[in-house]
Amino acid sequence: MSGILIVAEHEGGSFKKSATELLGKATQLAAALGTSVSAVVLGDAPAADLGKYGATTVYQVGGDFSSYDPAAMTDALAAAIAQAQPDVVLAPASYAGKDAIPRLAARLDTGMATECTDLRAEGGAVVGRRPLFAGKLYGDVKISGKPAIFTVRANSFSQPAAGGGAASVVAVAAEAKALTKVLERKAPSSTVADLTEADRIVSGGRSLKTAGDFDAVIRPLAASIGATVGASRAAVDAGMAHHNEQVGQTGKTVNPTLYIAMGISGAIQHLAGMRTSKVIVAVNKDPEAPIFEHATYGLVADLFEVAPKLQAAFEKALS
Amino acid sequence: MKVGLCAKVTADTDARLKASADGSSFEVNGKVVVGPYDAFAVEEAIKTKEKFKCEVVSFTVGGGDDVVAQLRGTVLALGADKAVVVSDPALAGTDSLGVARTLAAAIKKEGCDVVFCGKQAIDDDNVQVPAMVAELLGWAQVSRIVELEIEGTDFKATRSMDGGVREVVAGSLPAVFTAERGLNTPRYPKLPAVIAAKKKPLETPDLAALGLSGGDVAAKAVTTAYGAPPERPKGRKLEGDVDTMVSELVRLLREEVKVL
Repeated sequence: MSGILIVAEHEGGSFKKSATELLGKATQLAAALGTSVSAVVLGDAPAADLGKYGATTVYQVGGDFSSYDPAAMTDALAAAIAQAQPDVVLAPASYAGKDAIPRLAARLDTGMATECTDLRAEGGAVVGRRPLFAGKLYGDVKISGKPAIFTVRANSFSQPAAGGGAASVVAVAAEAKALTKVLERKAPSSTVADLTEADRIVSGGRSLKTAGDFDAVIRPLAASIGATVGASRAAVDAGMAHHNEQVGQTGKTVNPTLYIAMGISGAIQHLAGMRTSKVIVAVNKDPEAPIFEHATYGLVADLFEVAPKLQAAFEKALS
Repeated sequence: MKVGLCAKVTADTDARLKASADGSSFEVNGKVVVGPYDAFAVEEAIKTKEKFKCEVVSFTVGGGDDVVAQLRGTVLALGADKAVVVSDPALAGTDSLGVARTLAAAIKKEGCDVVFCGKQAIDDDNVQVPAMVAELLGWAQVSRIVELEIEGTDFKATRSMDGGVREVVAGSLPAVFTAERGLNTPRYPKLPAVIAAKKKPLETPDLAALGLSGGDVAAKAVTTAYGAPPERPKGRKLEGDVDTMVSELVRLLREEVKVL
Protein backbone atom coordinates (compact mmCIF):
# COMPACT_ATOMS: atom_id res chain seq x y z
CA MET A 1 0.00 0.00 0.00
CA SER A 2 1.14 3.49 -0.68
CA GLY A 3 -1.41 5.01 1.53
CA ILE A 4 -4.88 6.39 2.01
CA LEU A 5 -5.57 9.91 0.78
CA ILE A 6 -8.56 11.80 2.17
CA VAL A 7 -10.18 14.78 0.48
CA ALA A 8 -10.38 17.46 3.18
CA GLU A 9 -13.14 19.95 2.39
CA HIS A 10 -13.07 23.36 3.94
CA GLU A 11 -15.15 26.47 3.80
CA GLY A 12 -13.17 29.67 3.76
CA GLY A 13 -10.23 27.97 5.48
CA SER A 14 -12.17 26.14 8.22
CA PHE A 15 -12.12 22.38 7.75
CA LYS A 16 -15.51 20.72 7.64
CA LYS A 17 -16.47 18.01 10.14
CA SER A 18 -16.10 15.47 7.33
CA ALA A 19 -12.35 16.17 7.06
CA THR A 20 -11.58 15.06 10.62
CA GLU A 21 -14.19 12.28 10.49
CA LEU A 22 -12.48 10.82 7.39
CA LEU A 23 -9.04 11.24 8.92
CA GLY A 24 -10.15 9.34 12.02
CA LYS A 25 -11.44 6.42 9.95
CA ALA A 26 -8.46 6.51 7.57
CA THR A 27 -6.09 6.30 10.54
CA GLN A 28 -7.83 3.13 11.76
CA LEU A 29 -7.79 1.59 8.28
CA ALA A 30 -4.14 2.53 7.74
CA ALA A 31 -3.17 0.88 11.02
CA ALA A 32 -4.89 -2.34 9.93
CA LEU A 33 -3.27 -2.19 6.48
CA GLY A 34 0.17 -1.08 7.62
CA THR A 35 0.16 2.12 5.64
CA SER A 36 -0.04 5.87 6.14
CA VAL A 37 -2.63 8.62 5.78
CA SER A 38 -2.36 11.77 3.72
CA ALA A 39 -4.84 14.48 2.77
CA VAL A 40 -5.49 16.79 -0.13
CA VAL A 41 -6.62 20.37 0.36
CA LEU A 42 -7.71 22.69 -2.43
CA GLY A 43 -6.81 26.34 -1.96
CA ASP A 44 -6.06 28.31 1.16
CA ALA A 45 -6.54 26.44 4.47
CA PRO A 46 -4.31 25.57 7.44
CA ALA A 47 -3.16 22.28 5.88
CA ALA A 48 -0.52 21.39 8.50
CA ASP A 49 -3.26 21.28 11.20
CA LEU A 50 -4.58 18.03 9.71
CA GLY A 51 -1.52 16.34 11.24
CA LYS A 52 -3.34 16.54 14.58
CA TYR A 53 -5.84 14.01 13.26
CA GLY A 54 -3.38 11.59 11.68
CA ALA A 55 -2.36 12.99 8.29
CA THR A 56 1.39 12.66 7.82
CA THR A 57 1.45 14.58 4.54
CA VAL A 58 -0.99 17.13 3.16
CA TYR A 59 -1.01 17.87 -0.56
CA GLN A 60 -2.13 21.44 -0.96
CA VAL A 61 -3.21 22.48 -4.43
CA GLY A 62 -2.58 26.17 -4.97
CA GLY A 63 -5.18 28.43 -6.52
CA ASP A 64 -8.59 29.88 -5.79
CA PHE A 65 -11.20 27.16 -5.34
CA SER A 66 -13.73 29.26 -3.44
CA SER A 67 -16.01 29.05 -6.46
CA TYR A 68 -16.93 25.44 -7.25
CA ASP A 69 -16.68 23.77 -10.64
CA PRO A 70 -16.54 19.97 -10.94
CA ALA A 71 -14.09 19.94 -13.85
CA ALA A 72 -11.66 22.27 -12.05
CA MET A 73 -11.93 20.20 -8.88
CA THR A 74 -11.22 17.07 -10.92
CA ASP A 75 -8.12 18.69 -12.45
CA ALA A 76 -6.86 19.68 -9.00
CA LEU A 77 -7.50 16.31 -7.34
CA ALA A 78 -6.01 14.42 -10.28
CA ALA A 79 -2.81 16.51 -9.97
CA ALA A 80 -2.57 15.76 -6.24
CA ILE A 81 -3.23 12.07 -6.80
CA ALA A 82 -0.56 11.91 -9.50
CA GLN A 83 1.89 13.16 -6.88
CA ALA A 84 0.62 11.20 -3.86
CA GLN A 85 -0.01 7.90 -5.72
CA PRO A 86 -2.46 6.62 -3.11
CA ASP A 87 -4.07 3.18 -3.25
CA VAL A 88 -7.23 4.43 -1.61
CA VAL A 89 -9.03 7.79 -1.75
CA LEU A 90 -11.75 8.71 0.75
CA ALA A 91 -13.97 11.73 0.14
CA PRO A 92 -17.12 13.07 1.78
CA ALA A 93 -20.43 12.33 0.03
CA SER A 94 -21.13 16.07 -0.03
CA TYR A 95 -22.49 17.94 -3.05
CA ALA A 96 -18.97 18.20 -4.50
CA GLY A 97 -18.18 14.64 -3.41
CA LYS A 98 -21.14 13.34 -5.38
CA ASP A 99 -20.55 15.69 -8.31
CA ALA A 100 -16.79 15.84 -8.87
CA ILE A 101 -15.57 12.52 -7.45
CA PRO A 102 -17.31 10.38 -10.14
CA ARG A 103 -15.77 12.70 -12.71
CA LEU A 104 -12.40 12.03 -11.07
CA ALA A 105 -12.98 8.27 -11.14
CA ALA A 106 -13.69 8.45 -14.87
CA ARG A 107 -10.58 10.58 -15.41
CA LEU A 108 -8.43 8.03 -13.54
CA ASP A 109 -10.22 5.08 -15.14
CA THR A 110 -10.97 3.52 -11.77
CA GLY A 111 -13.97 2.36 -9.78
CA MET A 112 -15.70 4.03 -6.89
CA ALA A 113 -18.32 3.37 -4.21
CA THR A 114 -20.77 6.13 -3.32
CA GLU A 115 -21.90 7.21 0.14
CA CYS A 116 -20.52 4.32 2.18
CA THR A 117 -21.74 4.04 5.74
CA ASP A 118 -18.94 1.69 6.77
CA LEU A 119 -15.41 0.95 5.59
CA ARG A 120 -13.22 -1.96 6.62
CA ALA A 121 -9.80 -3.39 5.83
CA GLU A 122 -9.97 -6.84 4.30
CA GLY A 123 -7.37 -8.84 2.37
CA GLY A 124 -5.03 -5.86 2.16
CA ALA A 125 -7.69 -3.60 0.66
CA VAL A 126 -10.52 -1.35 1.78
CA VAL A 127 -14.09 -2.61 1.35
CA GLY A 128 -17.03 -0.19 1.54
CA ARG A 129 -20.47 -1.12 2.84
CA ARG A 130 -23.22 1.08 1.47
CA PRO A 131 -26.97 1.40 1.20
CA LEU A 132 -28.78 0.73 -2.09
CA PHE A 133 -32.43 1.50 -2.86
CA ALA A 134 -32.25 4.31 -0.29
CA GLY A 135 -31.25 1.86 2.41
CA LYS A 136 -33.72 -0.95 1.80
CA LEU A 137 -30.71 -3.10 0.89
CA TYR A 138 -27.00 -2.98 1.71
CA GLY A 139 -23.98 -4.32 -0.16
CA ASP A 140 -20.18 -4.47 -0.01
CA VAL A 141 -18.27 -2.75 -2.79
CA LYS A 142 -14.81 -3.94 -3.79
CA ILE A 143 -12.77 -1.85 -6.19
CA SER A 144 -10.17 -3.30 -8.54
CA GLY A 145 -8.87 -0.04 -10.07
CA LYS A 146 -6.24 2.24 -8.56
CA PRO A 147 -6.86 4.26 -6.56
CA ALA A 148 -9.94 2.67 -5.04
CA ILE A 149 -12.29 5.60 -4.36
CA PHE A 150 -14.97 5.72 -1.66
CA THR A 151 -17.26 8.57 -0.70
CA VAL A 152 -18.63 8.47 2.83
CA ARG A 153 -21.99 9.56 4.24
CA ALA A 154 -21.75 12.32 6.87
CA ASN A 155 -21.84 11.20 10.53
CA SER A 156 -20.93 7.60 9.68
CA PHE A 157 -17.83 7.62 11.89
CA SER A 158 -16.98 9.25 15.19
CA GLN A 159 -14.80 12.33 15.37
CA PRO A 160 -11.22 11.52 16.41
CA ALA A 161 -9.53 13.27 19.33
CA ALA A 162 -6.84 15.76 18.37
CA GLY A 163 -3.27 14.67 19.06
CA GLY A 164 -0.06 14.33 17.08
CA GLY A 165 1.92 17.07 15.43
CA ALA A 166 1.80 19.10 12.27
CA ALA A 167 1.65 17.38 8.91
CA SER A 168 4.26 18.11 6.29
CA VAL A 169 2.71 20.17 3.52
CA VAL A 170 3.53 19.51 -0.12
CA ALA A 171 2.53 22.22 -2.58
CA VAL A 172 0.90 20.89 -5.74
CA ALA A 173 0.61 22.94 -8.90
CA ALA A 174 -2.42 22.12 -11.02
CA GLU A 175 -3.88 23.61 -14.13
CA ALA A 176 -7.48 23.66 -12.96
CA LYS A 177 -9.79 24.67 -15.78
CA ALA A 178 -13.35 25.53 -14.83
CA LEU A 179 -16.02 24.85 -17.45
CA THR A 180 -18.67 26.84 -15.62
CA LYS A 181 -18.73 30.12 -13.74
CA VAL A 182 -20.66 30.80 -10.54
CA LEU A 183 -22.68 33.99 -10.99
CA GLU A 184 -24.55 34.03 -7.72
CA ARG A 185 -24.70 32.12 -4.45
CA LYS A 186 -27.86 32.16 -2.38
CA ALA A 187 -27.50 30.85 1.16
CA PRO A 188 -30.70 30.10 3.05
CA SER A 189 -31.72 32.81 5.49
CA SER A 190 -32.62 30.14 8.05
CA THR A 191 -30.13 29.33 10.78
CA VAL A 192 -31.56 25.80 11.08
CA ALA A 193 -29.45 22.98 9.61
CA ASP A 194 -30.38 21.47 6.25
CA LEU A 195 -32.22 18.14 6.55
CA THR A 196 -29.26 16.12 5.28
CA GLU A 197 -27.00 17.65 7.94
CA ALA A 198 -29.52 18.01 10.75
CA ASP A 199 -28.89 16.49 14.14
CA ARG A 200 -32.58 16.73 15.10
CA ILE A 201 -35.60 16.46 12.82
CA VAL A 202 -39.31 16.76 13.49
CA SER A 203 -41.39 15.46 10.58
CA GLY A 204 -45.09 15.62 9.90
CA GLY A 205 -47.25 13.29 7.85
CA ARG A 206 -50.66 12.77 6.39
CA SER A 207 -52.47 13.05 9.75
CA LEU A 208 -51.80 16.80 9.79
CA LYS A 209 -54.54 17.37 7.18
CA THR A 210 -53.72 20.98 6.17
CA ALA A 211 -50.75 23.30 5.64
CA GLY A 212 -52.20 25.42 8.44
CA ASP A 213 -52.05 22.46 10.85
CA PHE A 214 -48.55 21.65 9.69
CA ASP A 215 -47.40 25.22 10.34
CA ALA A 216 -49.20 25.45 13.67
CA VAL A 217 -48.12 22.07 15.06
CA ILE A 218 -44.92 20.78 13.45
CA ARG A 219 -42.93 23.97 12.94
CA PRO A 220 -43.16 25.28 16.53
CA LEU A 221 -42.47 21.81 17.94
CA ALA A 222 -39.33 21.59 15.78
CA ALA A 223 -38.28 25.10 16.75
CA SER A 224 -38.54 24.20 20.46
CA ILE A 225 -35.53 21.86 20.13
CA GLY A 226 -33.75 23.59 17.24
CA ALA A 227 -34.77 20.80 14.91
CA THR A 228 -35.13 20.93 11.16
CA VAL A 229 -38.63 20.33 9.76
CA GLY A 230 -39.24 17.28 7.59
CA ALA A 231 -42.31 15.85 5.91
CA SER A 232 -43.57 12.61 4.44
CA ARG A 233 -44.37 12.34 0.74
CA ALA A 234 -48.08 12.32 1.59
CA ALA A 235 -47.71 15.65 3.41
CA VAL A 236 -45.74 17.17 0.53
CA ASP A 237 -48.15 15.85 -2.10
CA ALA A 238 -51.03 17.36 -0.13
CA GLY A 239 -49.29 20.73 -0.22
CA MET A 240 -48.71 20.92 3.55
CA ALA A 241 -44.94 21.19 3.27
CA HIS A 242 -42.37 22.19 0.66
CA HIS A 243 -40.86 19.48 -1.52
CA ASN A 244 -37.42 20.46 -0.14
CA GLU A 245 -38.69 19.16 3.18
CA GLN A 246 -39.55 15.68 1.94
CA VAL A 247 -37.79 12.82 3.69
CA GLY A 248 -37.68 9.47 1.92
CA GLN A 249 -36.49 7.59 -1.10
CA THR A 250 -37.58 10.33 -3.51
CA GLY A 251 -36.76 13.12 -1.07
CA LYS A 252 -33.86 13.56 1.30
CA THR A 253 -32.01 10.76 3.05
CA VAL A 254 -31.38 11.88 6.60
CA ASN A 255 -29.16 10.64 9.40
CA PRO A 256 -29.96 12.66 12.55
CA THR A 257 -29.44 11.74 16.19
CA LEU A 258 -33.13 12.32 16.91
CA TYR A 259 -36.00 11.87 14.43
CA ILE A 260 -39.52 12.61 15.62
CA ALA A 261 -42.26 11.35 13.26
CA MET A 262 -45.61 13.01 13.93
CA GLY A 263 -48.58 11.37 12.24
CA ILE A 264 -46.42 9.45 9.79
CA SER A 265 -47.52 5.87 9.12
CA GLY A 266 -44.10 4.71 7.92
CA ALA A 267 -44.47 3.81 4.25
CA ILE A 268 -41.47 1.86 2.99
CA GLN A 269 -40.29 4.80 0.91
CA HIS A 270 -40.32 7.10 3.96
CA LEU A 271 -38.55 4.55 6.16
CA ALA A 272 -35.86 4.24 3.49
CA GLY A 273 -34.95 7.89 3.99
CA MET A 274 -34.73 7.97 7.79
CA ARG A 275 -34.11 4.47 9.15
CA THR A 276 -30.48 5.20 10.05
CA SER A 277 -31.56 7.90 12.53
CA LYS A 278 -30.08 7.03 15.91
CA VAL A 279 -33.25 7.56 17.94
CA ILE A 280 -36.69 7.49 16.34
CA VAL A 281 -39.79 8.72 18.14
CA ALA A 282 -43.15 7.97 16.53
CA VAL A 283 -46.49 9.52 17.43
CA ASN A 284 -49.48 8.00 15.65
CA LYS A 285 -53.07 7.19 16.54
CA ASP A 286 -52.93 3.86 14.71
CA PRO A 287 -51.21 1.24 16.90
CA GLU A 288 -50.65 -0.90 13.77
CA ALA A 289 -48.74 1.83 11.87
CA PRO A 290 -45.51 0.32 10.46
CA ILE A 291 -43.47 3.22 11.86
CA PHE A 292 -43.79 1.65 15.33
CA GLU A 293 -41.70 -1.34 14.24
CA HIS A 294 -38.78 1.01 13.74
CA ALA A 295 -39.38 3.52 16.53
CA THR A 296 -37.13 3.58 19.57
CA TYR A 297 -40.08 5.09 21.47
CA GLY A 298 -43.65 4.90 20.23
CA LEU A 299 -46.62 6.92 21.46
CA VAL A 300 -49.99 5.62 20.33
CA ALA A 301 -51.86 8.91 20.62
CA ASP A 302 -53.37 11.82 18.75
CA LEU A 303 -50.56 14.05 17.55
CA PHE A 304 -52.70 17.16 18.04
CA GLU A 305 -52.91 16.30 21.73
CA VAL A 306 -49.26 15.26 22.06
CA ALA A 307 -47.58 18.11 20.14
CA PRO A 308 -48.38 21.08 22.43
CA LYS A 309 -47.60 19.07 25.57
CA LEU A 310 -44.37 17.77 24.08
CA GLN A 311 -43.41 21.26 22.99
CA ALA A 312 -44.02 22.61 26.49
CA ALA A 313 -42.00 19.74 27.99
CA PHE A 314 -39.14 20.35 25.55
CA GLU A 315 -39.13 24.06 26.31
CA LYS A 316 -39.06 23.34 30.03
CA ALA A 317 -36.36 20.70 29.68
CA LEU A 318 -34.10 22.96 27.65
CA SER A 319 -34.68 26.18 29.57
CA MET B 1 -29.35 21.48 -31.60
CA LYS B 2 -29.92 17.88 -30.66
CA VAL B 3 -31.05 16.93 -27.16
CA GLY B 4 -30.11 13.71 -25.41
CA LEU B 5 -31.57 12.25 -22.27
CA CYS B 6 -30.54 9.28 -20.19
CA ALA B 7 -33.36 7.23 -18.78
CA LYS B 8 -33.06 4.25 -16.47
CA VAL B 9 -35.91 1.88 -15.80
CA THR B 10 -35.83 0.89 -12.12
CA ALA B 11 -37.94 -0.68 -9.42
CA ASP B 12 -40.62 1.71 -8.13
CA THR B 13 -40.30 3.23 -4.66
CA ASP B 14 -42.75 0.81 -3.07
CA ALA B 15 -40.79 -2.23 -4.27
CA ARG B 16 -39.61 -4.70 -1.65
CA LEU B 17 -36.05 -5.97 -1.84
CA LYS B 18 -34.74 -9.25 -0.58
CA ALA B 19 -31.15 -10.45 -0.66
CA SER B 20 -30.51 -14.09 -1.57
CA ALA B 21 -29.43 -16.37 1.27
CA ASP B 22 -25.77 -16.25 0.18
CA GLY B 23 -25.89 -12.49 -0.51
CA SER B 24 -24.71 -12.86 -4.10
CA SER B 25 -27.86 -11.34 -5.56
CA PHE B 26 -31.21 -9.82 -4.62
CA GLU B 27 -34.81 -10.08 -5.65
CA VAL B 28 -37.02 -7.10 -6.49
CA ASN B 29 -40.70 -7.37 -5.75
CA GLY B 30 -42.64 -4.63 -7.46
CA LYS B 31 -43.23 -2.92 -10.75
CA VAL B 32 -40.65 -1.03 -12.79
CA VAL B 33 -40.82 2.62 -13.82
CA VAL B 34 -38.66 5.26 -15.47
CA GLY B 35 -36.94 6.76 -12.40
CA PRO B 36 -38.72 9.72 -10.77
CA TYR B 37 -35.72 12.03 -11.27
CA ASP B 38 -35.33 10.82 -14.85
CA ALA B 39 -38.93 11.97 -15.35
CA PHE B 40 -37.80 15.55 -14.62
CA ALA B 41 -34.99 15.05 -17.17
CA VAL B 42 -37.50 13.83 -19.77
CA GLU B 43 -39.71 16.87 -19.17
CA GLU B 44 -36.76 19.26 -19.49
CA ALA B 45 -35.68 17.54 -22.72
CA ILE B 46 -39.18 17.93 -24.15
CA LYS B 47 -39.32 21.60 -23.08
CA THR B 48 -35.96 22.14 -24.80
CA LYS B 49 -37.28 20.42 -27.92
CA GLU B 50 -40.31 22.72 -27.91
CA LYS B 51 -38.11 25.79 -27.63
CA PHE B 52 -35.51 24.83 -30.24
CA LYS B 53 -37.73 22.71 -32.50
CA CYS B 54 -35.09 20.02 -32.42
CA GLU B 55 -34.76 16.28 -32.05
CA VAL B 56 -34.68 14.41 -28.71
CA VAL B 57 -32.98 11.03 -28.38
CA SER B 58 -33.14 8.96 -25.22
CA PHE B 59 -30.35 6.63 -24.15
CA THR B 60 -30.60 3.55 -21.97
CA VAL B 61 -28.05 0.85 -21.21
CA GLY B 62 -29.36 -2.69 -21.21
CA GLY B 63 -32.88 -3.90 -20.91
CA GLY B 64 -35.47 -6.43 -21.86
CA ASP B 65 -39.07 -6.16 -22.96
CA ASP B 66 -40.22 -4.43 -19.76
CA VAL B 67 -37.61 -1.69 -20.24
CA VAL B 68 -38.61 -1.17 -23.87
CA ALA B 69 -42.29 -1.06 -22.92
CA GLN B 70 -41.61 1.59 -20.26
CA LEU B 71 -39.53 3.70 -22.64
CA ARG B 72 -42.22 3.55 -25.32
CA GLY B 73 -45.01 4.29 -22.87
CA THR B 74 -43.31 7.27 -21.23
CA VAL B 75 -40.20 8.72 -22.89
CA LEU B 76 -41.28 8.21 -26.50
CA ALA B 77 -44.94 8.92 -25.78
CA LEU B 78 -43.99 12.22 -24.13
CA GLY B 79 -42.10 13.43 -27.18
CA ALA B 80 -38.65 11.87 -27.53
CA ASP B 81 -38.15 11.09 -31.22
CA LYS B 82 -36.01 8.01 -30.85
CA ALA B 83 -34.79 5.67 -28.14
CA VAL B 84 -31.39 4.00 -28.15
CA VAL B 85 -31.18 0.95 -25.89
CA VAL B 86 -27.67 -0.46 -25.92
CA SER B 87 -27.92 -4.22 -25.58
CA ASP B 88 -24.94 -6.48 -25.21
CA PRO B 89 -24.30 -9.53 -23.03
CA ALA B 90 -21.01 -7.95 -21.90
CA LEU B 91 -23.00 -5.22 -20.11
CA ALA B 92 -24.52 -7.68 -17.64
CA GLY B 93 -21.85 -7.28 -14.96
CA THR B 94 -20.66 -3.77 -15.72
CA ASP B 95 -20.34 -0.86 -13.28
CA SER B 96 -21.14 2.87 -13.45
CA LEU B 97 -18.02 3.64 -15.46
CA GLY B 98 -18.91 0.94 -17.99
CA VAL B 99 -22.43 2.35 -18.28
CA ALA B 100 -21.05 5.88 -18.64
CA ARG B 101 -18.59 4.79 -21.33
CA THR B 102 -21.42 3.12 -23.24
CA LEU B 103 -23.70 6.16 -22.93
CA ALA B 104 -20.90 8.56 -23.88
CA ALA B 105 -20.17 6.55 -27.04
CA ALA B 106 -23.86 6.45 -27.99
CA ILE B 107 -24.33 10.18 -27.27
CA LYS B 108 -21.25 11.03 -29.33
CA LYS B 109 -22.50 8.92 -32.21
CA GLU B 110 -25.83 10.76 -32.21
CA GLY B 111 -24.09 14.13 -31.98
CA CYS B 112 -26.05 15.60 -29.06
CA ASP B 113 -25.34 19.11 -27.78
CA VAL B 114 -26.96 18.76 -24.38
CA VAL B 115 -27.84 15.76 -22.23
CA PHE B 116 -30.35 15.62 -19.39
CA CYS B 117 -30.25 12.97 -16.66
CA GLY B 118 -32.06 12.51 -13.37
CA LYS B 119 -29.92 13.49 -10.40
CA GLN B 120 -29.80 9.79 -9.55
CA ALA B 121 -31.53 6.54 -10.28
CA ILE B 122 -33.41 5.13 -7.31
CA ASP B 123 -31.95 1.63 -7.35
CA ASP B 124 -28.21 1.49 -6.81
CA ASP B 125 -28.08 5.18 -5.73
CA ASN B 126 -24.59 5.50 -7.18
CA VAL B 127 -24.98 9.09 -8.44
CA GLN B 128 -21.99 8.47 -10.71
CA VAL B 129 -23.03 8.03 -14.32
CA PRO B 130 -23.91 11.63 -15.38
CA ALA B 131 -20.64 13.12 -14.09
CA MET B 132 -18.69 10.26 -15.68
CA VAL B 133 -20.45 10.83 -19.02
CA ALA B 134 -19.57 14.54 -18.83
CA GLU B 135 -15.93 13.71 -18.13
CA LEU B 136 -15.68 11.11 -20.90
CA LEU B 137 -17.15 13.60 -23.37
CA GLY B 138 -15.09 16.48 -21.97
CA TRP B 139 -18.28 18.48 -21.34
CA ALA B 140 -19.36 20.81 -18.56
CA GLN B 141 -21.78 19.42 -15.99
CA VAL B 142 -24.22 21.03 -13.60
CA SER B 143 -25.85 18.69 -11.12
CA ARG B 144 -29.12 18.88 -9.22
CA ILE B 145 -30.51 21.79 -11.21
CA VAL B 146 -33.81 23.43 -10.28
CA GLU B 147 -33.81 26.11 -13.01
CA LEU B 148 -32.36 26.24 -16.50
CA GLU B 149 -32.24 28.77 -19.31
CA ILE B 150 -30.55 28.03 -22.61
CA GLU B 151 -29.96 30.89 -25.05
CA GLY B 152 -28.10 29.90 -28.22
CA THR B 153 -25.21 27.82 -26.89
CA ASP B 154 -25.04 29.58 -23.52
CA PHE B 155 -26.78 28.36 -20.42
CA LYS B 156 -27.60 29.64 -16.97
CA ALA B 157 -28.54 26.98 -14.43
CA THR B 158 -29.46 27.08 -10.74
CA ARG B 159 -28.19 24.13 -8.75
CA SER B 160 -29.42 22.97 -5.35
CA MET B 161 -26.45 22.19 -3.10
CA ASP B 162 -25.90 21.07 0.50
CA GLY B 163 -27.32 23.11 3.33
CA GLY B 164 -30.04 24.66 1.20
CA VAL B 165 -27.48 26.69 -0.76
CA ARG B 166 -28.36 27.52 -4.35
CA GLU B 167 -25.92 28.69 -6.96
CA VAL B 168 -26.55 30.19 -10.36
CA VAL B 169 -23.86 29.03 -12.77
CA ALA B 170 -23.21 29.97 -16.36
CA GLY B 171 -21.44 28.09 -19.11
CA SER B 172 -21.62 26.96 -22.70
CA LEU B 173 -22.94 23.84 -24.32
CA PRO B 174 -22.23 21.03 -24.71
CA ALA B 175 -23.15 20.11 -21.16
CA VAL B 176 -24.72 17.43 -18.98
CA PHE B 177 -27.43 18.55 -16.56
CA THR B 178 -28.93 16.44 -13.80
CA ALA B 179 -32.45 17.21 -12.68
CA GLU B 180 -33.52 17.81 -9.08
CA ARG B 181 -37.13 17.81 -7.92
CA GLY B 182 -38.57 21.25 -8.58
CA LEU B 183 -36.98 21.75 -12.02
CA ASN B 184 -40.35 21.31 -13.72
CA THR B 185 -43.63 19.46 -13.48
CA PRO B 186 -43.54 16.35 -15.65
CA ARG B 187 -46.57 15.97 -17.90
CA TYR B 188 -48.40 12.71 -18.40
CA PRO B 189 -48.51 10.98 -21.76
CA LYS B 190 -51.82 11.10 -23.67
CA LEU B 191 -53.31 7.93 -25.04
CA PRO B 192 -52.96 8.79 -28.76
CA ALA B 193 -49.29 9.63 -28.13
CA VAL B 194 -48.79 6.31 -26.35
CA ILE B 195 -50.22 4.52 -29.38
CA ALA B 196 -48.14 6.60 -31.81
CA ALA B 197 -45.01 5.93 -29.74
CA LYS B 198 -45.26 2.25 -30.62
CA LYS B 199 -44.14 3.19 -34.13
CA LYS B 200 -41.27 5.48 -33.13
CA PRO B 201 -37.74 4.23 -33.84
CA LEU B 202 -36.05 2.28 -31.08
CA GLU B 203 -32.52 1.12 -31.83
CA THR B 204 -30.68 -1.60 -29.95
CA PRO B 205 -27.01 -1.33 -30.92
CA ASP B 206 -24.46 -3.66 -29.33
CA LEU B 207 -21.13 -2.44 -27.98
CA ALA B 208 -19.31 -3.14 -31.25
CA ALA B 209 -21.72 -0.82 -33.08
CA LEU B 210 -20.53 1.94 -30.73
CA GLY B 211 -16.87 1.07 -31.25
CA LEU B 212 -16.54 -0.53 -27.82
CA SER B 213 -15.50 -3.99 -26.68
CA GLY B 214 -16.45 -6.06 -23.65
CA GLY B 215 -13.13 -5.08 -22.05
CA ASP B 216 -14.14 -1.40 -22.16
CA VAL B 217 -17.04 -2.07 -19.82
CA ALA B 218 -15.37 -4.59 -17.47
CA ALA B 219 -16.40 -3.68 -13.93
CA LYS B 220 -13.86 -2.07 -11.60
CA ALA B 221 -16.40 -1.72 -8.81
CA VAL B 222 -18.20 -4.91 -7.83
CA THR B 223 -20.97 -5.21 -5.26
CA THR B 224 -21.22 -8.40 -3.18
CA ALA B 225 -22.65 -9.49 0.16
CA TYR B 226 -26.11 -8.03 -0.40
CA GLY B 227 -28.09 -7.99 2.79
CA ALA B 228 -30.81 -6.34 4.79
CA PRO B 229 -30.13 -2.97 6.43
CA PRO B 230 -28.48 -3.14 9.86
CA GLU B 231 -31.07 -4.17 12.47
CA ARG B 232 -32.38 -1.42 14.67
CA PRO B 233 -32.49 -2.19 18.38
CA LYS B 234 -36.03 -3.17 19.35
CA GLY B 235 -38.05 -0.18 20.42
CA ARG B 236 -41.02 0.08 22.73
CA LYS B 237 -44.38 1.73 23.02
CA LEU B 238 -44.85 3.98 26.01
CA GLU B 239 -47.81 3.42 28.33
CA GLY B 240 -50.29 5.64 30.11
CA ASP B 241 -52.17 8.82 29.27
CA VAL B 242 -50.72 11.55 27.05
CA ASP B 243 -49.23 13.54 29.97
CA THR B 244 -47.50 10.43 31.33
CA MET B 245 -46.19 9.39 27.94
CA VAL B 246 -44.86 12.88 27.18
CA SER B 247 -43.01 13.25 30.45
CA GLU B 248 -41.66 9.70 30.18
CA LEU B 249 -40.51 10.40 26.60
CA VAL B 250 -38.62 13.53 27.61
CA ARG B 251 -37.03 11.65 30.53
CA LEU B 252 -35.92 8.80 28.21
CA LEU B 253 -34.54 11.22 25.63
CA ARG B 254 -32.51 12.95 28.34
CA GLU B 255 -31.47 10.06 30.51
CA GLU B 256 -31.60 6.82 28.51
CA VAL B 257 -30.46 7.82 25.02
CA LYS B 258 -29.10 11.24 26.02
CA VAL B 259 -30.09 13.14 22.92
CA LEU B 260 -31.67 16.21 24.52
